[in-house]
Amino acid sequence: MAAPYDLSDATVVVVIGTGAGGGTLANELAQKGIDVVALEAGGRYLPEDYLNDEWPSFGQLAWLDARTTSGNWRVATDFSGLPAWIVKAVGGSTVHWAGASLRLQEHEFRVLSEYGAIEGANLMDWPLTLAEMEPWYDKAEDKMGTTRTNGIPGLPGNNNFKVMKAGADALGYKNCHTGRMSINSQPRHGRPACGQLGFCFQGCKFGAKWSTAYVDIPAGEATGKLEVREHAHVLTIEHDASGKVSGVVYADKDGNHQRQAARAVCVAGNSIESPRLLLNSASSMFPDGLANSSGQVGRNYMRHMTGSVYAIFDKPVRMWRGTTMAGIITDEAGNDPNRGFVGGYEMETLSIGVPFMAAFLDPGGWGREFSSAMDGYENMAGMWLVGEDMPQEGNGITLHPEVKDQYGLPAPNVHFDDHPNDTAMRNHAYTQGSAVYDAVGAVRTLPTPPYPSTHNLGTNRMSAKAADGVVDKHGQAHDIANLFISDGSQFTTGGAENPTLTIVALAIRQADHIARQMAAGAI
Amino acid sequence: MTTPANPRGMTRRELLKRGTVLSTAFVAGTGFLAHATDAWAVELKALSPATMATLIQMARDIYPHDRVADRFYAIAVKGHDDTAAEDATHKALIEDGIADLDARAQAAGAPSYLGTGWEIDRVALLRQIESGGFFQAIRGGLVVGLYNQKEIWPIFGYEGESFSKGGYIDRGFDDIAWL
Repeated sequence: MAAPYDLSDATVVVVIGTGAGGGTLANELAQKGIDVVALEAGGRYLPEDYLNDEWPSFGQLAWLDARTTSGNWRVATDFSGLPAWIVKAVGGSTVHWAGASLRLQEHEFRVLSEYGAIEGANLMDWPLTLAEMEPWYDKAEDKMGTTRTNGIPGLPGNNNFKVMKAGADALGYKNCHTGRMSINSQPRHGRPACGQLGFCFQGCKFGAKWSTAYVDIPAGEATGKLEVREHAHVLTIEHDASGKVSGVVYADKDGNHQRQAARAVCVAGNSIESPRLLLNSASSMFPDGLANSSGQVGRNYMRHMTGSVYAIFDKPVRMWRGTTMAGIITDEAGNDPNRGFVGGYEMETLSIGVPFMAAFLDPGGWGREFSSAMDGYENMAGMWLVGEDMPQEGNGITLHPEVKDQYGLPAPNVHFDDHPNDTAMRNHAYTQGSAVYDAVGAVRTLPTPPYPSTHNLGTNRMSAKAADGVVDKHGQAHDIANLFISDGSQFTTGGAENPTLTIVALAIRQADHIARQMAAGAI
Repeated sequence: MTTPANPRGMTRRELLKRGTVLSTAFVAGTGFLAHATDAWAVELKALSPATMATLIQMARDIYPHDRVADRFYAIAVKGHDDTAAEDATHKALIEDGIADLDARAQAAGAPSYLGTGWEIDRVALLRQIESGGFFQAIRGGLVVGLYNQKEIWPIFGYEGESFSKGGYIDRGFDDIAWL
């Protein structure tokens, strides 16, 4: 059913990556009748393949290619070779994501105006407004089946949520519920309701959670206009003498290099691989990498202010039962500089199993302080703290001068220094997260440091002016008309919200733009 | 425990006849290490039984869980023996590390690390070396080597895989009653 396209077919749009951005875009283009070749570095795993077992699942899905880290973030110490916890497979990190689907707030599209200039932060307003994005958010929520939109009821609250809710109520928080989740609370569009498995991060074996792996990709393939090539790891993007991109070179499953010609190229490899690919594609015409006349490719890397609070009670909670991200408190998400920082954060329940808890609770920790906390596992509740971090020009992705990947290309180094605003927000969030649990009788709270990044953003930022960023408001490269960025790397700033919904909404919008540009002969 | 698991890296065999063993926690023979009162043993390839016994105690001191039996700690550190059999550098890392630990114990007035009676005193010795490569190799390996053993998950209350049981939708995902 999937359309096979010839390597020399220069009429196809090549989409690199099949996650929230690329997978959505590939399907949306195919639905419009546009010929698409999607190149995916990983293999294809479907619900029947997913594993309810944390480490084997990690081995199945995680992106484990060579990467290095630097900077003062704790991840560089705790997980020096694993800056990000993202997926290498058809579906990308929509296989692994928790499902939280939140719109950015109105002011988060114009933070420079709202917050003012902040020392050390490269703040900028998006060239987009919430009002412009609302119709695309509507489409994304309908596609994904987001609860509490389109008349879809919220998910039922599990034990972990009930503890959070009781604490939120006791503390006087007003906005605590089971979230806007792209997990079916009732059967919809041929997929079943959530069975409360407790393994959202390992791929949903019920298929109740939206993922491009088994929603958009097969829908696109069914049109006959989308060919997905698995184990096709793109190495470089090529351009012609006029400076337009003309094709991509990728390593196939046997490591042989193939060249796919292209009418346009859309890059959606996540905020580490996407800028790396542009940098690795430097040529005599573009010596600093493709689309990099601004010098912003790879810069302004954001990963959200994160942390977790786990709390131990004198009675069982069994937080692992059911939806991993089962509820949210949004009361701290607004911008209230009186708290000592700009921007806001969300508090979202989180649970990990014993194997991952051992790895993430206090990396490097040992002795009875650590092991007694593990002994309290059955009585634990947990939440993740996720907030807006400051874009900083020095935080970013660069090509490592010595370390190479399995294809001999320079590995990406991920540099991140916490901004003082990030640290102040994290400390506030730890205090409030602990207070939620203390309010319902926690005997011990555990402020847990950030995990390897799951929200990787900003390294090909969107800007109104070509001098300030890499792409325009449609994700189209300022420098190269037929080159697009289609993932979270186009975010100008990060907002407090989990980014997937915005990535999907931008991809739907971008598909519309590409189709119009093609129809007009502009690309 | 009378029903040992048959995990990877372990050889299950009838080992010890009660009454012939010493009353110490571990009996060191040649080429294997066996627990005095439990039917399990580690078949060793490269490390001495005394070295492995020290490693097992060290593992328990790093992640002490009083309800987790020694055999799980033995499984968790057995990989170092396998690696040592193929990598002389790793063998030296382990053996030199244990020798150093014993020397520090003796400097503190004990016969050895294993012969240091209280956990707090052994932990004090480990604190002296915690930033070193030997300690980090042991601790780092334990994070997965110990906690990823399915057999110990019930001790923590963790129920593991749920898909084959239909998830928790009908099995208590929201059964908390004490709030």
